[in-house]
Amino acid sequence: MVAAALIPLFPLLGFLLISLNVNRLQKYVAATIACGMMLLAFLVGVYTFFTTSGPVQIDLFTWIKAGSFESTFGFLIDPLSLIFILVITGVGFLIHVYSIGYMHDDEGQNRFFSYLNLFVFFMLLLVMGSNYLIMFVGWEGVGLCSYLLIGFWFRNQEYNSAANKAFIMNRIGDLGMLIGIVMIFMNYGSLDYGTVFGGNHNTAITTTITLLLFVGAMGKSAQIPLYTWLPDAMAGPTPVSALIHAATMVTAGIYMVVRNNILYLMSPISMEVIMIVGLATALLAASIAIAQNDIKKVLAYSTVSQLGLIFVALGLGAFTAGIFHVVTHAFFKALLFLGAGSVIHALGGEQNLRKMGGLRKYLPVTYLTFIIGVLAISGIPPFAGFFSKDEILAAAFEHNKIVWALSLLTSLMTAFYMFRLLFMTFFGSERAGEHAMSHIHESPKSITVPLMVLAALSVLGGFLNIPEALGGHHAMANFLQPVLAPVEAHEANHSTEIILMIVVVALTLVVIFLAYNMYVRRNDTSVDPEETTGVRRVLTYKYYVDELYNAIIVKPLYALSKVLDNIVERLGIDGIVNGLGKTVVYGSRGLRFFQDGSIGYYLFVMVVGIILILGYTINW
Amino acid sequence: MINSVPIDYYLWLSAILFSIGVVGVLFRRNGIIIFMCIELMLNAVNLLLVAFSAYLNDPAGQVFVFFIMAVAAAEVAVGLAILVVMYRGIRTIDINVLNRLKW
Repeated sequence: MVAAALIPLFPLLGFLLISLNVNRLQKYVAATIACGMMLLAFLVGVYTFFTTSGPVQIDLFTWIKAGSFESTFGFLIDPLSLIFILVITGVGFLIHVYSIGYMHDDEGQNRFFSYLNLFVFFMLLLVMGSNYLIMFVGWEGVGLCSYLLIGFWFRNQEYNSAANKAFIMNRIGDLGMLIGIVMIFMNYGSLDYGTVFGGNHNTAITTTITLLLFVGAMGKSAQIPLYTWLPDAMAGPTPVSALIHAATMVTAGIYMVVRNNILYLMSPISMEVIMIVGLATALLAASIAIAQNDIKKVLAYSTVSQLGLIFVALGLGAFTAGIFHVVTHAFFKALLFLGAGSVIHALGGEQNLRKMGGLRKYLPVTYLTFIIGVLAISGIPPFAGFFSKDEILAAAFEHNKIVWALSLLTSLMTAFYMFRLLFMTFFGSERAGEHAMSHIHESPKSITVPLMVLAALSVLGGFLNIPEALGGHHAMANFLQPVLAPVEAHEANHSTEIILMIVVVALTLVVIFLAYNMYVRRNDTSVDPEETTGVRRVLTYKYYVDELYNAIIVKPLYALSKVLDNIVERLGIDGIVNGLGKTVVYGSRGLRFFQDGSIGYYLFVMVVGIILILGYTINW
Repeated sequence: MINSVPIDYYLWLSAILFSIGVVGVLFRRNGIIIFMCIELMLNAVNLLLVAFSAYLNDPAGQVFVFFIMAVAAAEVAVGLAILVVMYRGIRTIDINVLNRLKW
């Protein structure tokens, strides 16, 4: 059972081995170490998965002990963490393999692999920790690694800004998270999951705690209002985007909420907030994605939107549906990102959709796998996304028809922008420049093989949790049972569920046809985003949210720091420091006249001094 | 003999010698004269030590004096060497010339 402790150890070892020899290792050695460590971690994860029955806590050592506070360093292996372990190490491994091909002529390849391993290590720590403190360490660690990786090409100032943005946005969330954890300790006297969940709950305090924790999730899982870092995180190399968006980082918030489902269920207000924030994010991001022309930006907003949808599920109490969608999303979003990376690689760095098109015959493997990813995310049966999205929609339908309608709208928009992406990339006329077209080539094996594996997973992933309406028995729901608080099940009528599925799929097909009409038949790609008007322009500029943040937060902050700089710093602090210096200078300028260099004078002063001292001692 | 001279006389004598030394140090400009005046002060104190030693029948004071004389001899050697170097450098031993060591 202690074998499970090896899972995070392997990536850590890989990180240490590579980073300590970053300039000495041959590229292929570093790549082999990184991928090997991931494979080992994945294998141990699979072994643990099959040998573990029920939650097991592995306490390794007492980590911190101060007064009444005690924190052990231990791992909690239960169905929830097992699912995340498998997704993180499995998808992570494929992304590592992909990186071999993608980064093969980057001079920083070794550094890249060491960061990737560190990233996976922290993510594993986050999902495996047996108390809030370890989770928080992992939480901060993935924030750090995302910063390092987004700013990986640090010679580009814009990329550095994107990295800073990600880091700062996450810090805002982390502050909420940290306050929440402190409050947990104050109220429950412990940070251990088991003790906290079994403690005495007070609705008001639990609501505060869960809301604060959710602020952390907003940052990490890119929800309104802290989502703007995720699209900018595209500055990093494409495998990083895949890793951040699919396997690690953004799923942290979801994991945290599900891990604390007992606390969240105790607070209806928090659940409501989660659902509303998730729904708003899902709609907002999906609508932005429709008008973006950067292949990675579309996918980034798609991730934000899908995460929003997952939070809707969590807010509705459909935790299994949320986790299920996290898993399938990990498969197809990794696939889509890696596919997009393959396209970018083939075109020599081109990311603009308007300069792609007609790539179908040049990149057959990428094209086929990409189509699977698109079908999966759009929710076409029997691909993975269909089952998980349907689960969420069904939960929404039971809860509230408006939530269902808006979720459905999101899902339809998803289908639209994903097919738009597909059509603009692989169909239509070839709009790439001659230079790019002359170098175009299908990507090497290390890139295409992970794509194929992920495509297979995107096809099959849905069968993990077939709903009863379709003759399944909710395998994943049963598996997760021990972790989740018992919720009274009010299953919808099976026939209603099937009708809903049919409606959703039919509408999705209509939307796909619309997209086909616009982007293949009418070839509507000639519109310059700069010349668009009205709604399209607003969408192209992402609702001006970045500009808004700039105006209401960044600029006032700059102004405030200008004031602090000019008045407090220059006049206040500098005034005190310089004043002290000047006092000493002028004081010494006066005093130095006593030192006039004439020896007779010194002697005179000395004798007078001695006389005075003697007189003083004798008289008193 | 020595006991027939009262201790007061010794005190006055060494006080006068010491004062002459102090005044010499303060008012003369010739380095060697100043040097001699310092020796004068030193020996005024030596005289006092010896006088009290005899008066109190305690030889410790006389032992001190031997030490002081030995150290003073060494000090004289160093001091005169400095004066020689000074003379070689600026052809004078007037201490008022040495006024550049300031600020």
